[in-house]
Amino acid sequence: MTNPTEAEVITAIREVFGEGAAKLDDRSGILVPVDMWLRVATYLCKDRGFNYLGDLTAIDYKDHFEILYRIISLEKNQSLLIRVESTDREHPEAPSVITIWRGADFMEREVYDLMGIDFLGRSPLRRIFLWEGFEGYPLRKDFSL
Amino acid sequence: MNVKTEPLAINMGPLHPSTHGVFRMLAVLDGEVIVDLEPVFGYLHRGIEKLAEEKTYKQVIPLTDRLDYVSSMSNNLVYVLAVEKLAGIEVPERAQHIRVIMAELQRIASHLMAIGTWANDLGTFFTPFMYMFREREKIIDLFEMVSGQRLLYNYLRFGGLSHDLPDEFLPAVRKLLKVMPGYLNEYEELLKENEIVLARSMGIGVLPEELAINASASGPVLRGSGVKWDIRKVDPYSLYQHFDFDIPTGITGDSYDRYRVRLEEIRQSLHIIDQATQDLPAGEVKSKVPLNLRPPRGEAYSHIEAPRGELGCYVVSDGSTNPYRFHIRAPSLINLTCLKDMVMGLKIADAIVTFGSIDICMAEVDR
Amino acid sequence: MRSFINYPPAPPDWPGGYWWHWLVFTLIIIAFVMTMALIFIWYERRLVGRFQSRLGPNRAGPFGFFQPVADAIKILTKEDIITSRGDRVIFWIAPIVGFVSVVMIFAVVPFWEGAVLVDLDAGLLFVLAMGVIPSIGIFMAGWASNNKYALIGAIREVALLISYEIPMGLALVGVILMANSLSLEGIVQAQEIPFFVLQPLGFFVFLVASLAEINRTPFDLIEADSEIVAGYNIEYSGAKFAVLYLTEYVEALAASVLLSTLFLGGWRGPILPPVIWFLIKVMAMFTLIVWIRSTLPRLRIDQMMSFNWKFLLPLALINLAVVTLVVFSSLPGWVAFISGSLVLIIYLALWSVIFRRGGKFVQT
Repeated sequence: MTNPTEAEVITAIREVFGEGAAKLDDRSGILVPVDMWLRVATYLCKDRGFNYLGDLTAIDYKDHFEILYRIISLEKNQSLLIRVESTDREHPEAPSVITIWRGADFMEREVYDLMGIDFLGRSPLRRIFLWEGFEGYPLRKDFSL
Repeated sequence: MNVKTEPLAINMGPLHPSTHGVFRMLAVLDGEVIVDLEPVFGYLHRGIEKLAEEKTYKQVIPLTDRLDYVSSMSNNLVYVLAVEKLAGIEVPERAQHIRVIMAELQRIASHLMAIGTWANDLGTFFTPFMYMFREREKIIDLFEMVSGQRLLYNYLRFGGLSHDLPDEFLPAVRKLLKVMPGYLNEYEELLKENEIVLARSMGIGVLPEELAINASASGPVLRGSGVKWDIRKVDPYSLYQHFDFDIPTGITGDSYDRYRVRLEEIRQSLHIIDQATQDLPAGEVKSKVPLNLRPPRGEAYSHIEAPRGELGCYVVSDGSTNPYRFHIRAPSLINLTCLKDMVMGLKIADAIVTFGSIDICMAEVDR
Repeated sequence: MRSFINYPPAPPDWPGGYWWHWLVFTLIIIAFVMTMALIFIWYERRLVGRFQSRLGPNRAGPFGFFQPVADAIKILTKEDIITSRGDRVIFWIAPIVGFVSVVMIFAVVPFWEGAVLVDLDAGLLFVLAMGVIPSIGIFMAGWASNNKYALIGAIREVALLISYEIPMGLALVGVILMANSLSLEGIVQAQEIPFFVLQPLGFFVFLVASLAEINRTPFDLIEADSEIVAGYNIEYSGAKFAVLYLTEYVEALAASVLLSTLFLGGWRGPILPPVIWFLIKVMAMFTLIVWIRSTLPRLRIDQMMSFNWKFLLPLALINLAVVTLVVFSSLPGWVAFISGSLVLIIYLALWSVIFRRGGKFVQT
């Protein structure tokens, strides 16, 4: 599995969506603003051939949440890491990509259940592992064991 | 006469013989036909991802055993690979070979169990199940030989293995390699052309190729739908690029194809083990790794082809002794995404067969 | 009915007159049924163990022979639970209905020449009638449990009943034609050559239909443990469950007894005493049933119905035609054997191909 040169993908995204649509992250992967993400995702899936959602998870960095999408192109055997940041501590939100990749269904529910990030534009999220009425979101750093 | 009927909502599970653990299918039936189905799970949620944040890197290895208890070695492997990538640890070649042997033995054991329970779901009175367990027992004996454990092995370490193979291991593996093809042929005779098995599983629970890709299915479920996608080939780890093997794929994506893919994968695994044992290099099995590992700040993602699909592990380090974030991409959970699409309009019996052919492990779904 | 009350057919040379005969034979039959059911439970578990390369029960007594006894003690001391919103009366009656009617089948079965409780002239009709009643018991049990799985099991039983009963009856017509008698004693007397040689088709159809009647694999839909957990008996426990469980084995015993009486020549056989021959044949038939159980998967409900209606029914009709031809044109026995076997082989091969092509072709 090879990574396409991220710079190349960023240039392509910027050509379509403008300058602010993508940024190279200093760790790895591409940083996409949360309000542009749904359109960028559609572009990546339909036009760039990233038709397989490998993984979806979120990390709590205390001042912001980072949602990671690992998308894969089965034909070209390439994988790409997309980072989307959500800064609202109380009600973090991100667009749901379930219309683009069906596989995001349970992964989004899992992130909602354990990290408390709300995905908009899909059927209302319910807890998937924990019971209804559970207080708090366990994978957040302020949830102590 | 106008007969008034109403759909029957039925809770299959969490305690049901065919849900392979504590899975619940909330099915709405019209007679025997399923008109709606919602998978419900979480009964086995232990919060392993959160627990791992409180443990040192080494202490997480036993936790990964408990993810998918039917294939502990694969879980060990994916976590160890991720941390090695994170901390830049080199692994001796002998250890890599042994890891491949272990992963493939684990695949055989897991697939045998999958086929056995699937045959049970078809309604056989435990006969294929017992046959499969007879062979799985031999593999578990091998694991016991190397790790002292029969189910949760905790055998792999950062930079290698916990200890080298015992002397009697390789002869035992060779013996297994010699007898297994005969047993596999026996299973095929038992199940492959049985008219009832064909009638019950062909064209049942069809997962079209497009939906399989779109719904992020992986492993035998994806390959059963005809997608030639195997992490061992497309992103080789642990020297898989040196071994020669094929990727069996199905055609229609029905339950029968998934079963056939599993059976063929067992054959390919035997082939890989054969190669790995033949040119097993001598030398160390563990490189020097500090006891209390402190990987540099950063993150690493590793993924392997586990028996149930693409098993991924994502580890984030903040430079301390504990992982900052530990995430598992659970193939069992994600393969369940399109269960509803696969069983809509089928009968209860078909739903059970389809569910059995996806082959999940509830400990991995719920984590 | 009149003849039954006033003129019970006399057994030949039995001391003490009718009433002693009835008392003794009733006791013998009950003892036979209960012992054989327990032996069957043990035998099936051991045999299935052998088929599955494991041991089976081997702790209680020699070869685990007392395992059924231990099981019975365990079951009888269990708490007797009735679902709160179930129908208590029907819940109580259901196991008894099934058990009593199955045991009554044995009233007309000859164990020896003349050793029969009552040699009814319409014995076969009596057997057919009594054989259906356990299904009613099963339906009652499923209905009264107030459980969705039990209800599905009960409905499946009804679907099963209307499917297998017709081929079964038609297969028996062949036997009646050839034996020229409805009494089981008469049928055994007529079997100079056992009927499974003369009408292999009829034997096959009756065997498969009995598998459906006694709810054994591949027709164990009503208690499919991997689908509807245990079907009709899911809510039963304690003594009532024991009776339901026993009924299943008594049904299996009845099926084996009927198969051996109607097609294998009953108590007839050289050298050994007739009752030993009878038992050997019964055990052989039960072994066959257990063998099928431990080999085959289960059919789906619609496949089961299409199998019974589209496969077994034509087969039974063909058998009837062949037997009629042989009987009325007085052809020798080997003609019947060869023609029947030929039809069976061709038919099986054809249907095997149809089944092999997958679910589409056998769906209704």
